[in-house]
Amino acid sequence: MLSEGSSFLKGVMIGSIFYALITVLGHIKIGHGNRMHHHEHHHLQAPNKEEILKISEDERMELSRSFRVYCIILVKPRDVSLWAAVKETWTKHCDKAEFFSSEDVKVFESINMETNDMWLMMKKAYKYAFDKYSDQYNWFFLARPTTFAIIENLKYFLLKKDPSQPFYIGHTIKSGDFEYVSVEGGIVLSVESLKRLNSLLNTSEKCPEQGGMIWKISEDKQLAVCLKYAGVFAENAEDAEGKDVFNTKSVGLFIKEAMTNHPDQVVEGCCSDMAVTFNGLTPNQMHVMMYGVYRLRGFGHTFNDALIFLPPNGSDND
Amino acid sequence: MNFNADSSQHKDENTDITENLYLKVKILCWVMTGPQNLEKKAKHVKATWAQHCNKVSQHCKVLLMSSEENKDFPTVGLKNKEGRDQLYWKTIKAFQYVRDHYLEDEDWFMKADDDTYVILDNLRWLLSKYSPEEPIYFGRRFKPFVKQGYMSRGAGYVLSKQALKRYIDAFKTEKCTHSSSIEDLALGKCMKVMNVEAGDSRDTTGKETFHPFVPEHHLIKSYLPRTFWYWNYNYYPPGQGPGCCSDLAVSFHYADSTTMYELEYLVDHLRAYGYLYRYQPALPENILKEVSQVNKNDDPKVKLENP
Repeated sequence: MLSEGSSFLKGVMIGSIFYALITVLGHIKIGHGNRMHHHEHHHLQAPNKEEILKISEDERMELSRSFRVYCIILVKPRDVSLWAAVKETWTKHCDKAEFFSSEDVKVFESINMETNDMWLMMKKAYKYAFDKYSDQYNWFFLARPTTFAIIENLKYFLLKKDPSQPFYIGHTIKSGDFEYVSVEGGIVLSVESLKRLNSLLNTSEKCPEQGGMIWKISEDKQLAVCLKYAGVFAENAEDAEGKDVFNTKSVGLFIKEAMTNHPDQVVEGCCSDMAVTFNGLTPNQMHVMMYGVYRLRGFGHTFNDALIFLPPNGSDND
Repeated sequence: MNFNADSSQHKDENTDITENLYLKVKILCWVMTGPQNLEKKAKHVKATWAQHCNKVSQHCKVLLMSSEENKDFPTVGLKNKEGRDQLYWKTIKAFQYVRDHYLEDEDWFMKADDDTYVILDNLRWLLSKYSPEEPIYFGRRFKPFVKQGYMSRGAGYVLSKQALKRYIDAFKTEKCTHSSSIEDLALGKCMKVMNVEAGDSRDTTGKETFHPFVPEHHLIKSYLPRTFWYWNYNYYPPGQGPGCCSDLAVSFHYADSTTMYELEYLVDHLRAYGYLYRYQPALPENILKEVSQVNKNDDPKVKLENP
């Protein structure tokens, strides 16, 4: 009894030391990264009206065409109803959208990543995208099928941002000193970031195969760790009023919270007019968003926009 | 980002159309509510779509009709009894009140429930093609019981000035009476008796604008079962999927409080930047002429390049 007890205690001690060591090491690496690569813009903002007015009309047409967004949607068999909804709705507005699945699923076209591990799926998908498309697309948007995205608003947000710079944008979460883009709000990488990520992915020590040795880190955190080694830092995207444009919640949830927290300013306090993503929607809600964003409006409200986007061919719900 | 704030920086033709329509198409909308629903429902109407009215008070008004007067909320007191079987009495009294106080000020008179979300800009666009002197009324047209059809209660309906006059006169001359408690049907029968036309409220592509349910129930193909009464009641062939609903929808019914705010956000706030809508209907001739007169000297190119 006593020997078993002491073995157990030894095991616990070793485990704790190991845990502490890894945590400390992890923090040192991240801390070191921070000191070396101090960057000014932690919170990216959408261009304001004054900046837009400086762009000439010819530049606007060219600009609209110059945004080439490749959408990566990571799916698993259990996601089929969301997968179908996403395929029928917002992904039609990507310049190209492809579905990366853990395994082949009947009736649904996808690129099989042949793994159930989300981080592995993500790495393989990014590698695939880089190998095949880094010369055809300049922005890479990754999402889960629980997310609804408005690609036009993404392009607007990226106006005046140079894709040959290392951008890594979305809804960020801070974990102590460490900041990462939450996959739930969608992850945006410039082609430069994708390039840097790709060269690192081939070096297994920097971007480990599995989540962690003892416990699994979520794939979005993993991505942030990798990107940091390449000098790419997460930035939270906000509009000119400081509201998040990438959201990890649905409109409905925002509204419910607003009705409790600020009942006199429900819609005003809710969400950005130029929101890019919402998350946690049901398939039905995706169809409602499609109607609400691309069709339903009050007659007579027209805007002088800097970009022009045409409806996609062969679509009837937008 | 409030893009409408641009109007102060440079002459913004963007709000000209909405402002023109606002001044031209004068609407009074009364909302059926009651003392027990002020905080639960009417409050959210006030906070959302009713805000798009009452700005230039002569041209648009939203009134809340209750059995009791409440000066603070505010609500008009009809002094009737509450209850489902009293709905038609309430309707008659409300229209009487509106006729007595607002007939000269406004041209169109809409009735909505306190769980109906109304898009007033689209109502104005629909009505701009008609004269208030025509005896006509609009809503979600149902086909049974009345030869020319009648307008569904929940989706709301709107009477022209002439239609309202005839409706109220009908009770004075007893051509119409409180024949039943089924508000929409009884009103529809009275409209027929008084030779008020049941209008076609669909948009120029034939899509419905007044909706008895929320968007989800109309947009999702299998949401309303095939056996549901709705499919047999609709006057026009009901559209399914995206064909169910006009881009320029006027109303949605059974919108709970959360849905009211969601719709407000989707209609008036969230949009796809730079997106060229598929459906681009024209303005009626007379409005178009007025708007282009105002902007005759504006060259859009010049405007954009010289901030």
